Amino acid sequence: MTTTYGPLAIWAVVLVVGVLTFGIRYSFIYLLGHVDGMPPRIERALRYVPAAVLAALVAPSVLDPGPTVAATLFDGRLFAGVVAAGVAWATENMFATLAAGMVTLWGVTFLL
Amino acid sequence: MPPVPDDLRTGVRAGLPLLLGVVPFGLVAGVASVDAGLSPVQAVGLSVVVFAGASQLAAVDLLATDTPLAVVVLTAVVINLRMSMYSASIAPYFESFRRRWEAACAYLLTDMSYALAVAEFRSDGPTDRRWYYLGVAVPMWLVWQVATAAGAVLGARIPDRWGVSFAVPLVFLALLLPELSDRPRAVAALVGGSIAVVGAGWPLNLGLLGGALAGVAAGVVAEGRTAS
Repeated sequence: MTTTYGPLAIWAVVLVVGVLTFGIRYSFIYLLGHVDGMPPRIERALRYVPAAVLAALVAPSVLDPGPTVAATLFDGRLFAGVVAAGVAWATENMFATLAAGMVTLWGVTFLL
Repeated sequence: MPPVPDDLRTGVRAGLPLLLGVVPFGLVAGVASVDAGLSPVQAVGLSVVVFAGASQLAAVDLLATDTPLAVVVLTAVVINLRMSMYSASIAPYFESFRRRWEAACAYLLTDMSYALAVAEFRSDGPTDRRWYYLGVAVPMWLVWQVATAAGAVLGARIPDRWGVSFAVPLVFLALLLPELSDRPRAVAALVGGSIAVVGAGWPLNLGLLGGALAGVAAGVVAEGRTAS
């Protein structure tokens, strides 16, 4: 799908996300000397942000619940996702994961 | 030409193997951006201004489906919240830098530059921290920009039926797997992913935000259970 937002909206997103991201990166580097590090409760919660967000981003792209269990499970994207997850687990290599996932998806799409 | 400081060179050498991972990630970010309808200039602008791959991918993914802009921004920023931990952890080592160097080093702070630099700084050697950090971080920045630009130019020529946009979740998957190192993190991922699947059709992309927040909460609860 392609966005219908115009250049102004896109540049606004770029700028706002960029400024806020820089603010996050600079926050404690700037604040040091004013505060004593991060409150422990927040630090604890932040540890789970990557796992939770990344899983929430991945899951809907590989698992698309269909009308039946079979329709849900016999899906090229799910199959490719499972293969890629196995490769990611074994190699922790971005390139190998991408290659395994894409080749599997193409295999399923073009051969079956 | 002035001589290249040794510690800069040490930093560059330490970061080299990771650059191999930056290339495909950057290519995907470029391809995904033009796929979503951004111009190549906007794609590179996004990479230069934001310089945070996972949040860039999430932002263009949501832009492509015309998600409300506030949700696009909020999602991208939530993904980058983890960097506040890096900021807190690396701050003491940057304390002797001048303000403008602190700001430059903060801009270059990524998962990889943080991990490499902190490992080196903790060993408490005689390394010049600023040169070492720049040696690690600047090549990553350069490679990221070149890779996204290449992806943005190439991306426009790849036919739709190749399903290249599937590379986006694959990148997230490659980043996710090493995160699942303990039970609370696995619980956070399981809850976050499940709610996102169930809520895939919810308005304002609330499935993603709800999944992320519920996942974090579940991780904290699971940690409490493990500890007691």
